[in-house]
Amino acid sequence: MKKLALLMALAAAPAVAQDYTLGDLTIAHPMSFPSAGMTGAGYLAITNTGDVTDRLLAVTADFPRVELHESSMDEDGMMRMEQQDFIEIAAGDTVVLQPGGLHVMFMGLSDPLEVGAEIPATLQFENAGEIDVVFQVEDRPAEGETIDHGEMDHD
Amino acid sequence: MNRWILPTTAAAALVVAGGFAWTTYFSGGDLSECTAGAVAGGAIGGPFTLMDETGREVTDADVITKPTLVYFGYTFCPDVCPIDTQRTGLAIDLLEEQGYDVGSLFISVDPDRDTPEVLANYTDNFHERMVGLTGTREQIDAAARAYKVAYTIGDQSDEYYLVDHTVQTYLMTPEEGFIDFFRRETSAEDMAARTACVIDALS
Repeated sequence: MKKLALLMALAAAPAVAQDYTLGDLTIAHPMSFPSAGMTGAGYLAITNTGDVTDRLLAVTADFPRVELHESSMDEDGMMRMEQQDFIEIAAGDTVVLQPGGLHVMFMGLSDPLEVGAEIPATLQFENAGEIDVVFQVEDRPAEGETIDHGEMDHD
Repeated sequence: MNRWILPTTAAAALVVAGGFAWTTYFSGGDLSECTAGAVAGGAIGGPFTLMDETGREVTDADVITKPTLVYFGYTFCPDVCPIDTQRTGLAIDLLEEQGYDVGSLFISVDPDRDTPEVLANYTDNFHERMVGLTGTREQIDAAARAYKVAYTIGDQSDEYYLVDHTVQTYLMTPEEGFIDFFRRETSAEDMAARTACVIDALS
């Protein structure tokens, strides 16, 4: 039990954001927040340094269902989430999945996601193929909206 | 000539009367310095009967006993609701540090999944004193209508259905009712500052 507690404490230490490379794609800082309900959201940034548009087609993880979603608000203040068939990353572009916008939705959690936990997942791209990544569960930042996805000052 | 002046004067009188009504209604002080200024005059809020986190039936008078921040959402919402709700929890902490006692309500628009137990667990993640409310579909509809909240439930044949909903947070007091609302872009600091300003103006 003590060992487990130590492991949990180690896991809860600030994780170093991990980046992945798959062909012309760089995947920066897959992460999630502690879940409060039966769902969680995954965030990351994808940069396409190649000459051809690619698409994130699916994310798989050990949950009953995982979907690509986008939150958006209309002029009447109505917030809606819509499932996306894919997320397109144009050549030379960076697409950021972040709170209040595009995100991976983890559905049907049996246990809450806690800080320090890791969510192994597979990203499936149309051209680049598949890559295994790990979403780190991190504390919500004080103002919720910003996550450091590394070299993201892209216009 | 007269025909032109008359309506203009009448309109001006209405504006003056409206302004007078507004300032006298809030006789405790000048709220215009606190609110964002764009507060619509329409009646927001009013009586409701819902179920609290223990399954007990409660009315608005039972749960709005002090200045209270009111939000409508659902616990199955992983992206937006936690951001808004965490912001409100932070604002309550900031206010508490300054000596202001402010409550908060999370009213579910998804009663089929949001049981009192689910809501109790959910709200505890954001603030220990945040109260989750649910109810029958009719009770929730009545509360949503009173607060001018719109929501649309997705296809419930899918157990992972989604709910679209408006995401303003309302500042209510037991005596005056609706005071102001906060958009989701409002920071915890701004929410706390405007709420503190209102409490000072009313006391």
